[in-house]
Amino acid sequence: MQLKIQYYALMREQAGRSEETLETSSATPADLYGELCTRYRFTLTREQLKVAVNSEFSDWSRRLAAGDAVVFIPPVAGG
Amino acid sequence: MMRFRFAQTAIDTAQARRELLDLGAGGYVSFEGWVRDHNEGQEVTRLEYEAFQELAVKEGERIVADALRRFPVKHALCIHRVGSLGLNDMAVWVGVSSAHRGEAFDACRFIIDEVKHRVPIWKKEHYRSGDSGWVNCERCAAAPSHTHEHEHEHEHRDEPAASHT
Repeated sequence: MQLKIQYYALMREQAGRSEETLETSSATPADLYGELCTRYRFTLTREQLKVAVNSEFSDWSRRLAAGDAVVFIPPVAGG
Repeated sequence: MMRFRFAQTAIDTAQARRELLDLGAGGYVSFEGWVRDHNEGQEVTRLEYEAFQELAVKEGERIVADALRRFPVKHALCIHRVGSLGLNDMAVWVGVSSAHRGEAFDACRFIIDEVKHRVPIWKKEHYRSGDSGWVNCERCAAAPSHTHEHEHEHEHRDEPAASHT
């Protein structure tokens, strides 16, 4: 299935892009992060991140559907 | 309602303050977060703020709504900058109007604390040394054993992770 992935901050720099459409067999955000770590060598561990699907915080074990937009959220630093 | 929003340019605090006016309000409290020239032993020369705005405005709205539920205040508003900021530029503004001052101080504190910990905003510091780094991301990436600390960051009132306050 195809997913839309957006990258921010440190992960945007490490991926070398701010978004992409990806053909994947990853069933959950957790699987997807594993797949993307292999590709981009992200330095943040999954435990340091949150994940959003379709612009809302999500569980790591949610079943992804074709067309979902996924964003991994590094430790925040607003203010 | 837009009680949390982003600004691409300098925050207009006079306009923001006007949005809090209420005939029943006896005063208002505001907080301004500024870019300071040092963090964790490094000389900071400027900052870049980046946000996942679609989710950030939702989470920001939820924080302000929480504050309005918890504290008997009239109005509350938070505005956060994105983009490149220089020293002493205002990174964030929070304002709360209320019949009495006590709850306005409490609500203002609550909003800025929650925004710092919950809203998907990131800042990259640029240092005089020429180096740069994403706050809360680079160090823990080098030392993943600190993960636990970050999850409970809000309990460390004196933690030096932020570039101001």
